[in-house]
Amino acid sequence: MSSVLSPLSVTVNGEPMGFAPGMTVAGLIADLGLDTRKVAVERNREIVPRSTYPEVRLEAGDQFEIVHFIGGG
Amino acid sequence: MDIGLPTEDQWQVAGRRFASRLIVGTGKYKDLATTAAAIEASGAEMVTVAVRRVNLSDRGAPMLQDFVSPERYTYLPNTAGCFTADDAVRTLRLAREAGGWNLVKLEVLGPAPTLYPDMAATIEAAAALIKDGFEVMVYCSDDPIAAKRLEEMGCVAIMPLGAPIGSGLGVQNPLMIQMIIEQAKVPVLVDAGVGTAYDATFAMELGCDAVLVNSAIAMADDPVLMARAMKAGVEAGRLAFRAGRIPRRGHASASSPMTGMIK
Repeated sequence: MSSVLSPLSVTVNGEPMGFAPGMTVAGLIADLGLDTRKVAVERNREIVPRSTYPEVRLEAGDQFEIVHFIGGG
Repeated sequence: MDIGLPTEDQWQVAGRRFASRLIVGTGKYKDLATTAAAIEASGAEMVTVAVRRVNLSDRGAPMLQDFVSPERYTYLPNTAGCFTADDAVRTLRLAREAGGWNLVKLEVLGPAPTLYPDMAATIEAAAALIKDGFEVMVYCSDDPIAAKRLEEMGCVAIMPLGAPIGSGLGVQNPLMIQMIIEQAKVPVLVDAGVGTAYDATFAMELGCDAVLVNSAIAMADDPVLMARAMKAGVEAGRLAFRAGRIPRRGHASASSPMTGMIK
Protein backbone atom coordinates (compact mmCIF):
# COMPACT_ATOMS: atom_id res chain seq x y z
CA MET A 1 0.00 0.00 0.00
CA SER A 2 2.95 2.33 -0.56
CA SER A 3 1.78 5.73 -1.76
CA VAL A 4 3.58 8.43 -3.68
CA LEU A 5 0.97 10.93 -2.50
CA SER A 6 1.91 12.40 0.89
CA PRO A 7 3.65 9.22 1.98
CA LEU A 8 4.15 8.45 5.62
CA SER A 9 7.86 7.81 6.11
CA VAL A 10 8.83 5.21 8.66
CA THR A 11 11.71 2.81 9.18
CA VAL A 12 11.11 -0.94 9.32
CA ASN A 13 14.05 -3.11 10.37
CA GLY A 14 16.37 -0.32 9.38
CA GLU A 15 14.84 0.17 5.92
CA PRO A 16 13.06 3.44 5.05
CA MET A 17 9.53 2.86 3.79
CA GLY A 18 6.56 4.98 2.81
CA PHE A 19 2.91 4.24 3.47
CA ALA A 20 -0.41 5.98 3.00
CA PRO A 21 -1.55 8.14 5.92
CA GLY A 22 -3.81 6.24 8.29
CA MET A 23 -1.87 2.99 7.88
CA THR A 24 -2.14 0.70 10.92
CA VAL A 25 0.32 -1.85 12.27
CA ALA A 26 -2.06 -4.59 11.11
CA GLY A 27 -1.96 -3.05 7.64
CA LEU A 28 1.82 -2.81 7.76
CA ILE A 29 2.21 -6.48 8.62
CA ALA A 30 -0.25 -7.52 5.92
CA ASP A 31 1.50 -5.25 3.40
CA LEU A 32 4.82 -6.92 4.21
CA GLY A 33 3.23 -10.35 3.68
CA LEU A 34 3.88 -11.48 7.26
CA ASP A 35 1.82 -13.69 9.56
CA THR A 36 0.83 -11.76 12.70
CA ARG A 37 0.94 -14.98 14.74
CA LYS A 38 4.64 -15.49 13.99
CA VAL A 39 6.08 -12.04 14.57
CA ALA A 40 6.47 -9.45 17.29
CA VAL A 41 6.55 -5.71 16.70
CA GLU A 42 8.44 -2.99 18.51
CA ARG A 43 7.68 0.65 17.72
CA ASN A 44 10.19 3.23 18.91
CA ARG A 45 11.52 0.61 21.36
CA GLU A 46 8.09 -0.12 22.86
CA ILE A 47 6.34 -3.46 22.29
CA VAL A 48 3.13 -3.15 20.30
CA PRO A 49 0.74 -5.75 21.77
CA ARG A 50 -0.68 -8.00 19.07
CA SER A 51 -4.26 -7.24 20.15
CA THR A 52 -3.74 -3.55 19.30
CA TYR A 53 -2.39 -3.99 15.73
CA PRO A 54 -5.69 -2.95 14.08
CA GLU A 55 -5.88 0.29 16.08
CA VAL A 56 -2.28 1.52 16.22
CA ARG A 57 -1.63 3.98 13.39
CA LEU A 58 1.80 4.66 11.96
CA GLU A 59 3.25 8.12 12.56
CA ALA A 60 5.92 9.85 10.54
CA GLY A 61 9.38 8.95 11.75
CA ASP A 62 8.31 5.79 13.57
CA GLN A 63 11.00 3.17 13.87
CA PHE A 64 9.73 -0.39 13.77
CA GLU A 65 11.48 -3.63 14.56
CA ILE A 66 9.63 -6.71 13.37
CA VAL A 67 11.15 -9.95 14.62
CA HIS A 68 10.50 -13.68 14.55
CA PHE A 69 12.08 -16.87 15.84
CA ILE A 70 14.98 -18.40 13.97
CA GLY A 71 17.39 -21.22 14.72
CA GLY A 72 19.66 -20.50 17.66
CA GLY A 73 21.50 -22.23 20.50
CA MET B 1 13.68 -51.96 25.23
CA ASP B 2 13.94 -48.75 27.14
CA ILE B 3 15.55 -49.37 30.51
CA GLY B 4 14.67 -46.95 33.29
CA LEU B 5 11.74 -45.44 31.42
CA PRO B 6 12.12 -41.68 31.43
CA THR B 7 8.48 -41.28 32.48
CA GLU B 8 9.41 -42.47 35.94
CA ASP B 9 12.29 -40.03 36.16
CA GLN B 10 10.98 -36.72 34.90
CA TRP B 11 12.46 -33.38 35.80
CA GLN B 12 10.70 -30.09 36.01
CA VAL B 13 11.44 -26.44 35.58
CA ALA B 14 9.06 -23.61 36.40
CA GLY B 15 6.22 -26.10 36.86
CA ARG B 16 6.67 -27.76 33.46
CA ARG B 17 7.53 -31.47 33.42
CA PHE B 18 9.87 -33.10 30.92
CA ALA B 19 10.87 -36.70 30.31
CA SER B 20 13.83 -35.85 28.05
CA ARG B 21 16.90 -34.45 29.77
CA LEU B 22 18.38 -33.23 26.52
CA ILE B 23 17.58 -29.71 25.35
CA VAL B 24 18.78 -28.91 21.87
CA GLY B 25 19.58 -25.69 20.09
CA THR B 26 18.20 -25.01 16.62
CA GLY B 27 21.12 -22.97 15.26
CA LYS B 28 23.92 -23.76 12.80
CA TYR B 29 22.08 -26.45 10.81
CA LYS B 30 22.55 -26.49 7.05
CA ASP B 31 18.77 -26.27 6.54
CA LEU B 32 15.48 -26.43 8.41
CA ALA B 33 14.68 -29.98 7.26
CA THR B 34 17.89 -31.24 8.90
CA THR B 35 17.09 -29.20 12.01
CA ALA B 36 13.70 -30.91 12.27
CA ALA B 37 15.10 -34.40 11.65
CA ALA B 38 17.89 -34.00 14.22
CA ILE B 39 15.53 -32.64 16.88
CA GLU B 40 13.18 -35.55 16.27
CA ALA B 41 16.08 -38.01 16.66
CA SER B 42 17.29 -36.29 19.84
CA GLY B 43 14.00 -36.93 21.64
CA ALA B 44 14.20 -33.38 23.02
CA GLU B 45 11.01 -31.72 24.22
CA MET B 46 12.50 -28.25 24.65
CA VAL B 47 14.45 -26.34 21.99
CA THR B 48 16.26 -23.04 22.13
CA VAL B 49 15.49 -20.42 19.50
CA ALA B 50 16.86 -16.98 18.66
CA VAL B 51 14.96 -13.75 17.99
CA ARG B 52 15.91 -11.80 14.88
CA ARG B 53 14.55 -9.27 12.40
CA VAL B 54 12.34 -10.77 9.70
CA ASN B 55 14.09 -10.62 6.35
CA LEU B 56 12.06 -8.10 4.38
CA SER B 57 13.89 -8.83 1.15
CA ASP B 58 13.03 -12.54 1.24
CA ARG B 59 9.54 -12.64 2.69
CA GLY B 60 8.68 -16.10 1.40
CA ALA B 61 11.65 -17.70 3.21
CA PRO B 62 10.69 -20.83 5.20
CA MET B 63 10.19 -20.21 8.91
CA LEU B 64 11.41 -22.27 11.84
CA GLN B 65 7.85 -22.77 13.17
CA ASP B 66 6.89 -24.54 9.95
CA PHE B 67 9.52 -27.22 10.61
CA VAL B 68 9.76 -27.27 14.42
CA SER B 69 6.25 -26.87 15.77
CA PRO B 70 5.86 -24.70 18.88
CA GLU B 71 2.86 -26.86 19.73
CA ARG B 72 5.04 -29.95 19.92
CA TYR B 73 8.23 -28.47 21.38
CA THR B 74 8.62 -25.96 24.19
CA TYR B 75 10.41 -23.01 22.60
CA LEU B 76 13.03 -21.50 24.85
CA PRO B 77 13.87 -18.08 23.37
CA ASN B 78 17.45 -17.02 23.97
CA THR B 79 19.36 -13.76 24.00
CA ALA B 80 22.22 -14.92 21.81
CA GLY B 81 24.13 -12.01 20.37
CA CYS B 82 23.24 -9.72 23.27
CA PHE B 83 26.23 -8.11 24.92
CA THR B 84 24.35 -5.80 27.29
CA ALA B 85 21.59 -6.31 29.85
CA ASP B 86 19.37 -3.82 27.99
CA ASP B 87 19.62 -5.72 24.71
CA ALA B 88 18.83 -9.00 26.45
CA VAL B 89 15.74 -7.63 28.18
CA ARG B 90 14.50 -5.96 24.99
CA THR B 91 15.01 -9.17 23.00
CA LEU B 92 13.09 -11.32 25.47
CA ARG B 93 10.21 -8.87 25.69
CA LEU B 94 9.87 -9.26 21.92
CA ALA B 95 10.14 -13.04 22.26
CA ARG B 96 7.35 -13.05 24.83
CA GLU B 97 5.15 -11.06 22.48
CA ALA B 98 5.97 -13.37 19.56
CA GLY B 99 5.50 -16.57 21.50
CA GLY B 100 3.30 -15.66 24.39
CA TRP B 101 5.29 -17.44 27.06
CA ASN B 102 7.52 -16.39 29.95
CA LEU B 103 10.10 -19.18 30.08
CA VAL B 104 13.34 -17.89 28.56
CA LYS B 105 17.06 -18.50 28.37
CA LEU B 106 19.13 -15.51 29.42
CA GLU B 107 22.69 -15.22 28.20
CA VAL B 108 24.77 -12.06 28.22
CA LEU B 109 28.19 -12.70 26.80
CA GLY B 110 31.56 -11.06 26.78
CA PRO B 111 33.40 -10.55 23.50
CA ALA B 112 35.13 -13.19 21.38
CA PRO B 113 37.28 -15.21 21.63
CA THR B 114 35.92 -16.33 25.01
CA LEU B 115 32.21 -15.44 24.69
CA TYR B 116 32.35 -16.11 28.41
CA PRO B 117 29.23 -15.16 30.40
CA ASP B 118 29.36 -11.53 31.56
CA MET B 119 28.07 -12.16 35.07
CA ALA B 120 27.61 -8.53 36.10
CA ALA B 121 25.42 -7.86 33.05
CA THR B 122 23.70 -11.26 33.44
CA ILE B 123 22.69 -10.47 37.02
CA GLU B 124 21.45 -7.01 35.98
CA ALA B 125 19.36 -8.49 33.15
CA ALA B 126 18.04 -11.32 35.35
CA ALA B 127 16.80 -8.81 37.91
CA ALA B 128 14.96 -6.78 35.25
CA LEU B 129 13.43 -9.89 33.66
CA ILE B 130 12.27 -11.44 36.93
CA LYS B 131 10.69 -8.13 37.91
CA ASP B 132 8.89 -8.15 34.56
CA GLY B 133 7.39 -11.62 35.19
CA PHE B 134 9.80 -13.80 33.20
CA GLU B 135 10.87 -17.28 34.27
CA VAL B 136 14.59 -17.15 33.68
CA MET B 137 16.83 -20.09 32.88
CA VAL B 138 20.24 -18.49 33.09
CA TYR B 139 23.47 -19.28 31.28
CA CYS B 140 26.34 -18.54 33.63
CA SER B 141 29.95 -19.10 34.52
CA ASP B 142 30.93 -22.22 36.46
CA ASP B 143 31.10 -20.10 39.60
CA PRO B 144 29.20 -21.46 42.63
CA ILE B 145 28.88 -18.02 44.21
CA ALA B 146 27.37 -16.42 41.10
CA ALA B 147 25.14 -19.48 40.61
CA LYS B 148 23.80 -19.22 44.15
CA ARG B 149 23.15 -15.53 43.72
CA LEU B 150 21.16 -16.13 40.52
CA GLU B 151 19.14 -18.83 42.27
CA GLU B 152 18.40 -16.56 45.23
CA MET B 153 17.27 -13.83 42.86
CA GLY B 154 14.63 -16.20 41.53
CA CYS B 155 16.10 -17.76 38.38
CA VAL B 156 14.28 -21.04 37.67
CA ALA B 157 17.32 -22.95 36.34
CA ILE B 158 21.08 -22.47 36.55
CA MET B 159 23.01 -23.29 33.38
CA PRO B 160 26.78 -23.15 33.82
CA LEU B 161 28.99 -23.63 30.81
CA GLY B 162 30.94 -26.87 30.49
CA ALA B 163 33.41 -25.15 28.17
CA PRO B 164 33.30 -22.12 25.82
CA ILE B 165 30.35 -22.04 23.42
CA GLY B 166 30.96 -24.20 20.37
CA SER B 167 34.36 -25.38 21.62
CA GLY B 168 33.38 -29.04 21.97
CA LEU B 169 35.85 -29.48 24.84
CA GLY B 170 33.47 -31.11 27.32
CA VAL B 171 33.17 -30.28 31.01
CA GLN B 172 36.42 -28.50 31.87
CA ASN B 173 35.71 -27.83 35.52
CA PRO B 174 33.76 -30.79 36.93
CA LEU B 175 34.52 -29.89 40.54
CA MET B 176 32.80 -26.52 40.29
CA ILE B 177 29.86 -27.96 38.31
CA GLN B 178 29.46 -30.53 41.07
CA MET B 179 29.57 -27.86 43.77
CA ILE B 180 26.91 -25.87 41.90
CA ILE B 181 24.71 -28.98 41.68
CA GLU B 182 25.15 -29.86 45.34
CA GLN B 183 24.06 -26.45 46.59
CA ALA B 184 21.24 -25.81 44.10
CA LYS B 185 17.54 -26.17 44.85
CA VAL B 186 16.59 -25.45 41.21
CA PRO B 187 17.59 -27.53 38.17
CA VAL B 188 21.21 -27.28 37.02
CA LEU B 189 21.96 -27.82 33.34
CA VAL B 190 25.32 -27.92 31.61
CA ASP B 191 24.99 -25.53 28.70
CA ALA B 192 27.76 -25.12 26.12
CA GLY B 193 30.93 -27.06 25.53
CA VAL B 194 29.60 -30.54 24.85
CA GLY B 195 31.55 -32.02 21.92
CA THR B 196 30.40 -35.58 21.70
CA ALA B 197 28.13 -38.09 23.44
CA TYR B 198 30.42 -38.92 26.34
CA ASP B 199 30.66 -35.25 27.31
CA ALA B 200 26.90 -35.28 27.78
CA THR B 201 27.14 -38.57 29.68
CA PHE B 202 29.82 -37.13 31.93
CA ALA B 203 27.76 -34.02 32.68
CA MET B 204 24.77 -36.18 33.58
CA GLU B 205 26.91 -38.45 35.77
CA LEU B 206 27.91 -35.39 37.76
CA GLY B 207 24.22 -35.04 38.64
CA CYS B 208 23.01 -32.39 36.23
CA ASP B 209 19.26 -32.31 35.66
CA ALA B 210 19.70 -31.90 31.92
CA VAL B 211 22.19 -30.92 29.23
CA LEU B 212 21.84 -28.35 26.46
CA VAL B 213 23.54 -29.15 23.14
CA ASN B 214 23.61 -27.32 19.85
CA SER B 215 26.91 -27.19 17.91
CA ALA B 216 27.92 -30.78 18.66
CA ILE B 217 24.79 -32.03 16.89
CA ALA B 218 24.34 -29.35 14.22
CA MET B 219 27.99 -29.37 13.11
CA ALA B 220 28.52 -33.15 13.20
CA ASP B 221 29.06 -34.85 9.84
CA ASP B 222 25.72 -36.59 10.39
CA PRO B 223 23.59 -34.42 12.70
CA VAL B 224 20.72 -36.92 12.92
CA LEU B 225 23.04 -39.74 13.98
CA MET B 226 24.78 -37.47 16.52
CA ALA B 227 21.37 -36.45 17.88
CA ARG B 228 20.66 -40.12 18.55
CA ALA B 229 24.09 -40.49 20.18
CA MET B 230 23.42 -37.50 22.45
CA LYS B 231 20.05 -38.92 23.45
CA ALA B 232 21.69 -42.23 24.37
CA GLY B 233 24.58 -40.42 26.09
CA VAL B 234 22.30 -38.32 28.26
CA GLU B 235 20.20 -41.33 29.20
CA ALA B 236 23.30 -43.40 30.02
CA GLY B 237 24.70 -40.64 32.21
CA ARG B 238 21.42 -40.18 34.04
CA LEU B 239 21.03 -43.91 34.67
CA ALA B 240 24.62 -44.18 35.89
CA PHE B 241 24.10 -41.23 38.24
CA ARG B 242 20.95 -42.81 39.66
CA ALA B 243 22.64 -46.22 39.91
CA GLY B 244 25.52 -44.81 41.98
CA ARG B 245 29.02 -45.42 40.69
CA ILE B 246 31.63 -47.43 42.59
CA PRO B 247 34.24 -45.44 44.46
CA ARG B 248 37.53 -44.80 42.70
CA ARG B 249 40.35 -46.84 44.28
CA GLY B 250 44.07 -46.57 44.02
CA HIS B 251 44.53 -50.34 43.89
CA ALA B 252 43.08 -53.41 42.15
CA SER B 253 40.16 -55.40 43.53
CA ALA B 254 39.64 -58.84 41.95
CA SER B 255 36.31 -59.44 40.27
CA SER B 256 36.34 -63.21 40.77
CA PRO B 257 36.28 -64.94 44.17
CA MET B 258 39.65 -66.04 45.48
CA THR B 259 38.13 -69.01 47.39
CA GLY B 260 37.56 -72.50 45.95
CA MET B 261 40.65 -72.37 43.78
CA ILE B 262 41.90 -75.71 42.44
CA LYS B 263 45.03 -77.00 44.11
